[in-house]
Amino acid sequence: MKAFTHIDGLVCPINRANVDTDAIIPKQFLKSIKRSGFGPYLFDEWRYADQGEPGMDCSQRPLRVDFVLNQPRYQGAEILLARDNFGCGSSREHAPWAIEDFGFHAIIAPSFADIFFSNCYKNGILPIVLPAATLDKLFAECEAQVGYRLNVDLASQKVTTPAGDSFDFDITPHRKHCLMNGLDEIGLTLEHADEIRAFEGRHQVAQPWLFA
Amino acid sequence: MAGKTLYDKLWESHLVREEDDGTCLLYIDRHLMHEVTSPQAFEGMRLAGRKPWRSASIVANPDHNTPTEHWGDADGGLKEPISRLQVETLDANIKEFGALVYFPFKHVNQGIIHVIGPEQGTTLPGMTVVCGDSHTSTHGAFGALAHGIGTSEVEHVLATQTLVAKRSKRMLVKVDGKLGAGVTAKDVALAIIGKIGTAGGTGHAIEFGGSAIRDLSMEGRMTLCNMAIEGGARAGLVAPDAKTVDYLKGRPHAPKGADWEKAVAYWDTLKTDAGAVFDSVIELDAASIEPQLTWGTSPEQVLPIGARVPNPAHEADPQKRAGIERALQYMGLAADTPLTEIKVDKVFIGSCTNSRIEDLRAAAVVAKGRQKAANVKRVLIVPGSGIVKRQAEAEGLDKVFTAAGFEWREPGCSMCLAMNADRLEPGERCASTSNRNFEGRQGPGGRTHLVSPAMAAAAAIAGHFVDIRQFQEARS
Ligand code: SF4
Repeated sequence: MKAFTHIDGLVCPINRANVDTDAIIPKQFLKSIKRSGFGPYLFDEWRYADQGEPGMDCSQRPLRVDFVLNQPRYQGAEILLARDNFGCGSSREHAPWAIEDFGFHAIIAPSFADIFFSNCYKNGILPIVLPAATLDKLFAECEAQVGYRLNVDLASQKVTTPAGDSFDFDITPHRKHCLMNGLDEIGLTLEHADEIRAFEGRHQVAQPWLFA
Repeated sequence: MAGKTLYDKLWESHLVREEDDGTCLLYIDRHLMHEVTSPQAFEGMRLAGRKPWRSASIVANPDHNTPTEHWGDADGGLKEPISRLQVETLDANIKEFGALVYFPFKHVNQGIIHVIGPEQGTTLPGMTVVCGDSHTSTHGAFGALAHGIGTSEVEHVLATQTLVAKRSKRMLVKVDGKLGAGVTAKDVALAIIGKIGTAGGTGHAIEFGGSAIRDLSMEGRMTLCNMAIEGGARAGLVAPDAKTVDYLKGRPHAPKGADWEKAVAYWDTLKTDAGAVFDSVIELDAASIEPQLTWGTSPEQVLPIGARVPNPAHEADPQKRAGIERALQYMGLAADTPLTEIKVDKVFIGSCTNSRIEDLRAAAVVAKGRQKAANVKRVLIVPGSGIVKRQAEAEGLDKVFTAAGFEWREPGCSMCLAMNADRLEPGERCASTSNRNFEGRQGPGGRTHLVSPAMAAAAAIAGHFVDIRQFQEARS
């Protein structure tokens, strides 16, 4: 997994609540058996005026110019501002794969859907929860100021605005450690293989039918 | 000492280790798989040279891409090369890595993974169950702790038989009293989501309790737990009881002989203790729940059938008002229209929410001796599995449907998410028994209204939504 430590990046606002994973990456792109290449199809139905199919050359497709991601001022954005319940719906990890492949490294929202939230960490994306009132402020600043950037620092767990306002965010020590070091979680877990095996042995004695 | 909730008991009985920050390693008993969210996990295993920890925990079957007609053709109806590749990739991966149960495409028992797991007795009370699919919450109906997971977690479970997780908060949704005639588990699920919102259960595991829940069949409990994720909760739970035991007895992978007795005795302990404390409690009165219908593009945008399409002018919160306006525009609906005046173009009865035998029976009762309305282009009935299909045929339900002008299809996910050929055209409106009404879910530009199987069948007959209670009265 890629490490995440710090980023100072252009911000793009998606100003609607309950953005679901079907919107983030529509189902036809889930037919791929690969893990990469989803970026061009991120928010496909909102971004393009035609119907997207896997394998299409997106550079030739008609754009919906009013969608934020298509506006010139947000090109190259690396931080996504979002509203409540971002990433709700299906468990498809294709959603964070598309977000990461597009070039976003952090998402800031008042709340995230659970599965999406944990999927982000597995892919080097930092999902940050800040209070709704803070998001209101960030949205207003971002929309008012072309080239608006935020500074996100994982070590100090702070988001800092260009004006110098800074906001603390929470993250579990385990997730922070994995993300900062780009650690392979499977490798980490397998360090406890003996404990897993011992548990499994006890479990099998208690509930043999689970192993029949 | 305060008692424990069912969730606590399930968690603690699978806890391998816990870090100081509350990060836990949870042992996983059952790993369900389908073709869409697994290929990258197997590929990851292969690249790292890892072997599965316990392939006998795996139950797998393709369902998302598989066609629901033309199974007799040379290609089995699986026309799209990339869909075929995904289905064949699952075949190859299971062959290489192994599984306890695998039903390849067109196997007589193939179906939606969340339907076949319980049907085979591979979902049992007290288990931890995972699947790279958010509707894994369905299996909580058996008193199993069932989580939807992402593909990286699929790989993690394959390699280590554990999941890295933190304890959820505990929510109790208590529904007491008797459900009215025509009101089903689907209506209960939608009414709950209408009340708590799609993020209401975020960070929580929901236990469903109360007399109305105990009165539900296992099928109804599965419908309810299935939609826990639509209320934001990764897991839904119903404590096992005599109905659970009856359902499981004699299933192919249910415990046998002395193990059965021992298992039943253990399952009897799987209930929330008196005095256990929940982080939040929501109560609903069963008698006040009416048949439900979603009008918007989120499952929380739901109303009782007697209501009208909401008017954004009455919403004070600007964010919410914008949300309503956007949903009305996408859905092509005018504010204040009575819900029963909304006409439908297609009807879909199926999905892991409502494709079990009880659902098909409920739809057949409505369809019997009647005809699909002329304005309804197509009514798809898609059973959840080969076993459901054969049972329905043995009861003559297929004949009832085809006589009414409905199409009787092969099992699979079908128009729940339209990854196969079954889909809505842009602008088409559908009465659907599935679980998500998101934009484009049933096909780009398609408009989905979520309802119970009886309400869907009634919409097919009337050509527009109807109150199933009046519809049934009109017949008798
Ligand atoms: S029926 Fe629908 S919700 Fe259920 S597993 Fe299939 S696609 Fe997912």
